Amino acid sequence: MGIDRSGRGEWLTTTLDAFVNWARKNSLWPMPFGTACCGIELMAVLASRHDIARFGAEALRFSPRQSDLLLVAGRISIKMMPVLTRIYQQMPEPKWVISMGACASSGGIFDTYSVIQGIDKFLPVDVYLPGCPPRPEAILHGLISLQKVIMRDSMQHYEQLDGAAPG
Amino acid sequence: MTLTAKELSTEKLELNFGPSHPATHGTLRVQLEADGEIVTRADAEIGFLHSGFEKLGEHLSYNQYITITDRMNYLSPLCNNVAFALAVEKLLGIEAPKRAQYLRVLMCELSRIADHLLAIGMLAVDVGAFTVFLYGFRIREKIYDLFEMVCGARLTTSYTRVGGLMRDVPDDFDAVCREVLAEIPTAMEQIDGLLTHNRIWLDRTRNIGVITPEQAISYGLTGPIARATGIDYDIRVKEPYSCYEDFTFDVIIGENGDVYDRYMVRFYEVWESIKICEQVLDKLPSGPVNVDADTKYTLPPRNEIFNSIEALIHHFEVTMENRGFTPPVGETYVPTESPNGELGYFIVSDGGREPYRVRTRPPSLINFSVFPEIMPGQTISDIVAVLGSLNIIAGELDR
Amino acid sequence: MPALKQLSDLLSAKFPDAFLEVTEFRGMLSIHIRGGLILDLLRMLKTDPRFAYNFLADVTAVDHLKKGGHTRYSVVYHLLNQYDAKRIVVHAWVDEENPALPSVYSLWKTADWQEREVFDLFGIRFEGHPDLRRIMNPEDFGFHPLRKDYPLHGRGERDDFPVVGRTIGSKWPADRSFE
Repeated sequence: MGIDRSGRGEWLTTTLDAFVNWARKNSLWPMPFGTACCGIELMAVLASRHDIARFGAEALRFSPRQSDLLLVAGRISIKMMPVLTRIYQQMPEPKWVISMGACASSGGIFDTYSVIQGIDKFLPVDVYLPGCPPRPEAILHGLISLQKVIMRDSMQHYEQLDGAAPG
Repeated sequence: MTLTAKELSTEKLELNFGPSHPATHGTLRVQLEADGEIVTRADAEIGFLHSGFEKLGEHLSYNQYITITDRMNYLSPLCNNVAFALAVEKLLGIEAPKRAQYLRVLMCELSRIADHLLAIGMLAVDVGAFTVFLYGFRIREKIYDLFEMVCGARLTTSYTRVGGLMRDVPDDFDAVCREVLAEIPTAMEQIDGLLTHNRIWLDRTRNIGVITPEQAISYGLTGPIARATGIDYDIRVKEPYSCYEDFTFDVIIGENGDVYDRYMVRFYEVWESIKICEQVLDKLPSGPVNVDADTKYTLPPRNEIFNSIEALIHHFEVTMENRGFTPPVGETYVPTESPNGELGYFIVSDGGREPYRVRTRPPSLINFSVFPEIMPGQTISDIVAVLGSLNIIAGELDR
Repeated sequence: MPALKQLSDLLSAKFPDAFLEVTEFRGMLSIHIRGGLILDLLRMLKTDPRFAYNFLADVTAVDHLKKGGHTRYSVVYHLLNQYDAKRIVVHAWVDEENPALPSVYSLWKTADWQEREVFDLFGIRFEGHPDLRRIMNPEDFGFHPLRKDYPLHGRGERDDFPVVGRTIGSKWPADRSFE
């Protein structure tokens, strides 16, 4: 981006991609799908000490139709997985998924009959956060990493797949 | 043309609440039938976080299972650690040293403060007062720092071991802990000022979700919820464990069993917990925090492992797979007073290195079972207040 | 141990066919009885002023397949006398074929959910329960997972879900690293 102050008005020259991505990455609206311990650390990020508002992602929306970031925090059981899939499908494009904590990413210590061994088996995941649970600093790092992913995005990538419903 | 009331057709409204809803604090689903604003039937469906804790326990050794107990009640994991360690120690017939028992009490009470602060904060968020949550979380972060100081983790502490503790507290712990304890009353006064006499708060919580003492006994309710109905039963007093008999504190009893009384019981229990913590710090005895390593239940001191072959072999014997201690055949249950109520581990041993069966008595599940009974007659907006006041922890609810 | 002997004599006189034994381990008394008469026994323990166990703390079960016992399953009731802070454990033994015993919902309403949990995880049916269905696992979950012959990792239930892909963005770069 470049700012031109020579003329009467002030000018901003940029590509549309860079501008749109910049706007998107700084106004992520997360849908917190907090099921277990990670949900408590997610609350800690929202509270005053760590304050996720510094990164523009404090507008939590509990409706998937209003959000563009799905934060899966906690283990997902076989009873919960259809619900999670449904919520992901209800989110409008563009949308991103953060898999927070060992349980959501790989099942973690719960290698049992009822825990999904990583949500990425069934859903596309953009950023994985290691930790059991990840510290608030790690969650912020994950958010910053996602912002980098978003900056690499381009309008050219957004082509409707055959037969897929518009977001 | 005017319609008379007879001609207006009315029908019951079916509503679905959850499993992903901001006020369910995790994962549960309520199917409602409402007549206008009044709930006529509320069916709760749980199990959305069922993770097979009890099955997993049959495949892990006793010390390994302590890490799993953390993830059960993640608002106060240390209480779970202590409850499990006590049950295994009873199975083995040993007792942790006095210093370890006192430190366990201290950690349990700090957890109780943190748990109650979050429970009050989330209840306030649910009925629309966000500020309280932030005030409560400020202190909770300080308590997290204390946990981090003693065991290296904020949330999943795994601090106890069979026969004692992971390690002793650092030297400067006493001063730091007292500093934090001195800060809690300020936060409690702020919360008190925001809520206790607030007209909106009173309207939203008084005479809402009333539980009678008879219902409380029939439904097996324990902890602050039972005490809010007027039942004077606190396991710390009636069946003391881990040296709770050495400390003096009051048991907080409510009168009406409504949401407001549950809030007040939790609020005053924080003050009692501060008293207990200060007494522990004053009376803390010196000495080891683990039973003698010669019993083969605990690890030898770290510097001996590196300097003597006997201690190294001993360390190997305790930690390696297919090694480790084997308790006698039998079964034990130790009740403890967790922030939510009676928490106990029922352990069946067949003489092997892994428990044959580990059952948790989950206070959240049993406390929540009263929900379908008390909801009919309340308004839809009261659901969140009642859910918040029951303080349901999904990890413990479903296990 | 007079308490144990006394209790044992009393119960064997009262339930001559069903009573099995009373055991003690680390100060905790356990009554063992055949499942059919559990409701009568618990009613006696609750209402008889000599016992006055007014509070049902916990209901669970143990599968004794690998350990051995009177029969395969035992349903375990933890009772508490809140006046004297005394506890007792009752094991109700049920058979492997057609495991069933009477529900104690009429004595304590907390049995509602706890018996549902035992039914879900062990497949033991409670006769007279108002609404006996699964509570933890999905309705169509075909097994009872805490039985000892069910594997820890399940029988493939956790891998059986449809895969959802990205709906748009087919041309996303394959290398998604951001450094």
